[in-house]
Amino acid sequence: MGLILEVAGLAKTYPGQTVLRECSFTFKPGRTYALMGPNGSGKSTFLRIAALLEPPDAGEVRYLENGAVRPHDLALRRRLNLLLPRIGVFNTSVFHNVAYGLKIRGRRAQEIEARVNDILLQVGLDHKRGQNGLDLSSGETKRLGIARSLVIEPEVFMLDEPTANIDLKNTEIIEQIILSMKAAAKATIILVTHDPAQAKRVGDHLLALENGHIVPL
Amino acid sequence: MDSIIQGFLGAVRLIITLDPEFLHIIFLSLQVSGTALVVATCLGLPVGALLAQRRVPGRGLILSLLSTGMGLPPVVVGLFFYLLLSRSGPLGFLALLYTPSAMIIVQTVLAFPIVASLSHAAIAKVDPVIRQAAVTLGATPMQEVLTVVREARYGIMAGVMAGLGRVMAEVGGILIVGGNIAGYTRVITTTIVLKTSMGDFELAIALGIILLLIALGINLGLRFFQQAGGVRSGVILWD
Repeated sequence: MGLILEVAGLAKTYPGQTVLRECSFTFKPGRTYALMGPNGSGKSTFLRIAALLEPPDAGEVRYLENGAVRPHDLALRRRLNLLLPRIGVFNTSVFHNVAYGLKIRGRRAQEIEARVNDILLQVGLDHKRGQNGLDLSSGETKRLGIARSLVIEPEVFMLDEPTANIDLKNTEIIEQIILSMKAAAKATIILVTHDPAQAKRVGDHLLALENGHIVPL
Repeated sequence: MDSIIQGFLGAVRLIITLDPEFLHIIFLSLQVSGTALVVATCLGLPVGALLAQRRVPGRGLILSLLSTGMGLPPVVVGLFFYLLLSRSGPLGFLALLYTPSAMIIVQTVLAFPIVASLSHAAIAKVDPVIRQAAVTLGATPMQEVLTVVREARYGIMAGVMAGLGRVMAEVGGILIVGGNIAGYTRVITTTIVLKTSMGDFELAIALGIILLLIALGINLGLRFFQQAGGVRSGVILWD
């Protein structure tokens, strides 16, 4: 039984614009959700709130496990991950970029070495292991971001337009990675995308953010 | 003209023979300025990081004071600490006047605003997405701060090198509080002042050459860190 993400009555307003209003939904563990909506509809805001990066103006984000609500502490935050549209690449090697999440969790060097090498192979960046992360192409940078997320094995993995502005080859690679995660069913995946075809290819559930509400399609 | 040539020849002899007095002065200079720089960095870096990453009340005023401090006249700082540390001063009981410790204090005060201000500038320039990446990957607040500081490392090192340049070349402040005592508080710059006034150019020129070499080394270091930080880092270059 994994983490259940439940949002209830979320509201968020920026000056001159309300992006979320009375937004409620329950995301079941191990399922993959594709969330669509026009620009400015609040998809990114929703993900940031769900990932506990910013508070809503009203409403609640609840993570439930075995029927109990988990407190919003570091332990919970470390079970979630949001892949932002812009990957903040650290000025160090690809290896150390990917190892970051494990290092800050105090994992042993041997485990880090093995895990990172395995993930780099999965995302096709094993040959760039020693290269500075800042020297990667935009598609490779996205894959680096996904590798950094995969290595920490998030139980709720949110991706904010991971294939925006990258070529077809990299898009296919990233979709394959998400589909592999979906097949493993170890994480709840929430993918924000503008591409309805991609949403259908990847998602178990298609959702739209309309007028501040999440609605199933 | 003869005295200049004689001075240069004597200076070369002092350098080649590794004259003990000459070496002692260089060693003491490096010791005093190095210690001051370490202390200034230990204090200045956290202050710069705090101002860059957290909402601190009076932040604008503090930054203005630090900027002003970067141009502090060393003789004024020396005078201030002379008054504080002199026997009749409020800190006279510490008996620090005319000791290397007093020189370290003055140089620390001179280097601190440079290190703090340039560290702040370097850390503030780090793209906010770096901090967000650290948070989303599960960093604690301290790990988040350290990650951002690490991304600004080249800019910070440039600030430290600038601080080193300032204290190594400084003479007024340490002359006032150090007293230029032979074998105890006599460093490169104060020796050059003293020997020049005495018309004894050999040691002055020899130390001048060493000071220039140190300045060259500092500038090469500064250039390296500025280039390394500019070419590739988490710093925004295009906004």
